[in-house]
Amino acid sequence: MMRFIPVRETILGSAILLLIILITSRFPGFVAPSNLANVFNDTAPLMILALGQMVVILTRCIDLSVAANLALTGMVVAMINVAMPGLPIPMIITIAILMGAFMGVINGVLVWKLSIPPIVVTLGTMTIFRGIIFLISDGKWVNSHEMSPAFTAFPRAVFLGLPVLSWIAIFIVIIFAVMMSRTQFGRSIFAVGGNPHAAVYTGINVGKTQFWAFVVSGALAGLTGYLWVARYAVAYVDIAGGFELEVVAACVIGGISIAGGIGSVGGAVLGAIFLGVVKNALPVVNISPFWQLAISGSAILIAVAFNAKSGRTKDRIILKSAEAKQ
Amino acid sequence: MTDTPTTRHIPDRLNSRAVRIFKSWEALLLAVAIAIFVVNSFASPYFLNVWNLSDATFNFTEKAMIAFAMALLIISGEIDLSVASIIALASTAMGLAMQHGAGTPELVAIGLTVGLLCGAFNGFFVTILGLPSIVVTIGTMSLFRGVSYIILGDDSFRGYPSSFAWFGQGYIYWVFTVEMLLFVIIAIIYAVLLHKSNFGRAIYAIGNNPTGALFSGIRVQRVKFILFLLTGLMSGVAAVCLTSRLGSTRPSIASGMELEVITMVVLGGVNILGGSGTIPGVVIAAFVMGLVTFGLGLLNVPGIVMSIFIGLLLIGVIALPRLWAMAAARRKA
Repeated sequence: MMRFIPVRETILGSAILLLIILITSRFPGFVAPSNLANVFNDTAPLMILALGQMVVILTRCIDLSVAANLALTGMVVAMINVAMPGLPIPMIITIAILMGAFMGVINGVLVWKLSIPPIVVTLGTMTIFRGIIFLISDGKWVNSHEMSPAFTAFPRAVFLGLPVLSWIAIFIVIIFAVMMSRTQFGRSIFAVGGNPHAAVYTGINVGKTQFWAFVVSGALAGLTGYLWVARYAVAYVDIAGGFELEVVAACVIGGISIAGGIGSVGGAVLGAIFLGVVKNALPVVNISPFWQLAISGSAILIAVAFNAKSGRTKDRIILKSAEAKQ
Repeated sequence: MTDTPTTRHIPDRLNSRAVRIFKSWEALLLAVAIAIFVVNSFASPYFLNVWNLSDATFNFTEKAMIAFAMALLIISGEIDLSVASIIALASTAMGLAMQHGAGTPELVAIGLTVGLLCGAFNGFFVTILGLPSIVVTIGTMSLFRGVSYIILGDDSFRGYPSSFAWFGQGYIYWVFTVEMLLFVIIAIIYAVLLHKSNFGRAIYAIGNNPTGALFSGIRVQRVKFILFLLTGLMSGVAAVCLTSRLGSTRPSIASGMELEVITMVVLGGVNILGGSGTIPGVVIAAFVMGLVTFGLGLLNVPGIVMSIFIGLLLIGVIALPRLWAMAAARRKA
């Protein structure tokens, strides 16, 4: 029976509930449905990116270029919109996803074909993508009055009580839940991260799986790029600066092991929601927003320490004294 | 990070010493550095001015100080992404102390102590709790800078004592700055430590095979803890120099510097997966990066475009030798 209740997600879920109760005790309005919907909508981009990052981390890689990818795609679609205001939104979304996926392909090829460590590749592409934004935009901003009304209205349009942005996040969560548990690709991601050697012997191409993980992460970053720029109605070089760390933080807090192979869609979503609740609660309970960086840093450390402790399996110890010394 | 098993080719005799030096990564890098120097001196008439060149060293001296310690850490198979945030925290602590009337010696002591403590904090999580260093230092990267933001917010500390400016703005003799002297001394210390001491051999052993190192009597966790302390301490030294040079502290100080430090280390030929690398390599890489940024700066290239070059450099130096090897293998087959 116990194995059907995911322990980690339950604990994290309870922590979020406790946090919300604590906030409500000082500010009852926080649990009003409209406010909770706001918090959810605010967290949607983080949630989408955390799912992409989860896939990458599960295959023992890391993608630090997601925020730069988001910003570059956002800038490009914004400039396309300024140049061609008549271009329909589905077209824009397709361009955004393809562009993001292409940047994922670059990361993926470097990791797969040249076996360069993912952290080096994505640190590099992160700065390159940011630099390209400056090159194509000349450091200028694309402001809301330059964008077409349809472009900015799409993510904010309300449908069945929730903005489209929230619905997209929900839709992606469902797709990922199915993909990770019911498809060959999803299972091979776990296999690659859990034991690459064994994965090779079961006929899984490790490098190729990692490549596709980067493409998925890139495509989601591209999609989020459009949603982000349209929602905030502005595009410039530094949008979502440092957001990659928040995305990794959401994954780590959600119990996704940086060593690969362990993690769940529920964990990534809850990790993102945890950070979203903290971010939205700070101004409500009168704490300076400058605390947020330190809080998410502490949350990462606590989560990783906690997960390592609960996930440690008892191995057979051959040399007790040597083990104790280490 | 796939570890596909490959057959190892073991030569029956090694190349002569001269051939090995000639074919080494460091030699290639040195050639690149000289090429950049020559190209730069043709590209801009202001390049070959001793005062300009002296100013240009500030581009790399502070980063290189951290890069030496980071090289040791990466050779041992760990990484520290929090170095720039340690600078922010150490600088903020110095600013706070300055407001309470601390003099220059106290400021330096505080900067170095905060660096050491941050290093100990990272080391505690990695070596005592046994957590992966990349996650721990991503966490402390937010935490350390976050504390600076809590203390400073939008504000900044300024008005450091004039004697404090000596570290970042002072000259020892003619065009030679205090930072250059520190850079040389630290480079020599780390070169001796890595290449001529038992401790250095232990670092290589750990990076190549931690379990093997443990069974040959190396206290793996203690060595790693010391390396985190050293990286923290070097970040403290860099914080003193940078704060002294800028004369002010903002919470965003040195942001993104961890990337440049790691680029410098990798460019210097240190294997990012651990186990190999040299201090002379890192020294030359420091010069290469300093010359590239200085040369581009003279040509009025904005900083963010320079970062494209740094990013390409980081990926290129690893990708090119591998592409080369792949092409060679294909030709043989």
